[in-house]
Amino acid sequence: MTTPSRLPDSYGPSSGANLADILERVLDKGIVIAGDIRINLLDIELLTIKLRLVVASVDKAKEMGIDWWESDPALSSRARRDELARENAELRERLARLEELELERERPEQRRLDQDRARKEAP
Amino acid sequence: MSGLRYVYAVCRPLEAPLQVQLTGVAGAPAKPLHHHGLVAVVSEVPERDFAEEPLRAHLEDLDWLAATARAHQGVVDALTVVTTPLPLRLATVFRDDSGVRSMIEAREDHFRATLDRLEGRVEWGVKVYMEPERSEQPAPAAQPVPKAASGREYLRQRRQQTRASEDMWQKAETFATRLHGKLAAFAEDSRLHTPQNPALSGVEGRNVLNASYLVTRRASEKFVELVDRAKDDVPGLRVELTGPWAAYSFTGETPEEPGEPVGQDVPGEPEKPGEPGAREEPGKKA
Repeated sequence: MTTPSRLPDSYGPSSGANLADILERVLDKGIVIAGDIRINLLDIELLTIKLRLVVASVDKAKEMGIDWWESDPALSSRARRDELARENAELRERLARLEELELERERPEQRRLDQDRARKEAP
Repeated sequence: MSGLRYVYAVCRPLEAPLQVQLTGVAGAPAKPLHHHGLVAVVSEVPERDFAEEPLRAHLEDLDWLAATARAHQGVVDALTVVTTPLPLRLATVFRDDSGVRSMIEAREDHFRATLDRLEGRVEWGVKVYMEPERSEQPAPAAQPVPKAASGREYLRQRRQQTRASEDMWQKAETFATRLHGKLAAFAEDSRLHTPQNPALSGVEGRNVLNASYLVTRRASEKFVELVDRAKDDVPGLRVELTGPWAAYSFTGETPEEPGEPVGQDVPGEPEKPGEPGAREEPGKKA
């Protein structure tokens, strides 16, 4: 795939394809027809669940309750955003708590100051 | 004949004959079965392997599955050279030829419509990988890491590493988004797939874009050039092209399935795994 000028067809059919490329197509794409032999590929537990995860399309995987990549920061930009959002919320909460504490600490002090001022102005 | 019929694809009658020795999934030759102006490409498979029970068991066996998938794909590939096949999903099996014929009858309108839509088109697969962390951190052996003189130094180093990989992500996303946008605009249709797991693909690096593009044969050369040109754009990223495939990813009736956004809507919902559409990361500014 380095010579730019060959005809695409001379790539040879689906050259460069790895097993995952092939499986994701033959297991998950293409026309679905219920033959006489009824096998629902989605029912197959498959040797490794990993394999299924790789080849299942997003919707189907979700149907099956599989959505690990959505929460895997390494795979999902949404998960990364979620994580950041979560972290953000957490930090805000902590900040709010700190501010509250700070306020509470200030309040008695303020009261004392006010009292002092009142006393000075009183005479 | 007690064999079952395994169907690979449906196509229009071939102008050129099939390769003489087109071997199918169980070693038997794949042959065209003509009916109602359409052709089902079938081969005989033994009942002991392809009846429901054994088939189910076999499908749990990765080696068997891999071999069968390759054989299935091999037949579809050979068809793709001479015609525009509609690939069927793996393991579509009928009792006999008449079962295959009734299947064609039941769906001929749909087959014809889809064949018209895909006529003369092939699918190209494009993937973008982030190269595994390399020179980012100097090889620990070559350059004894300055042993973080202090806790602060250590944290600084950590932060730098994290930032470097964050930057790389950002770069990868931007690159993948731009590449997909360009290719999708050129192609007639596109699909984004789930990123592949390196454990299965055996490919180095993290898969950040896994997409398919529907392109006419005529435009294919240009498409390939377009991909080629993008290849060296960003260090640390690798672009991989596969194809031409039969239009596996585009056989669905609706060009736009809700779960699989097509190219044009990339800026919309960046909700798919590996979907490179994410522009900004709310919360980052905090």
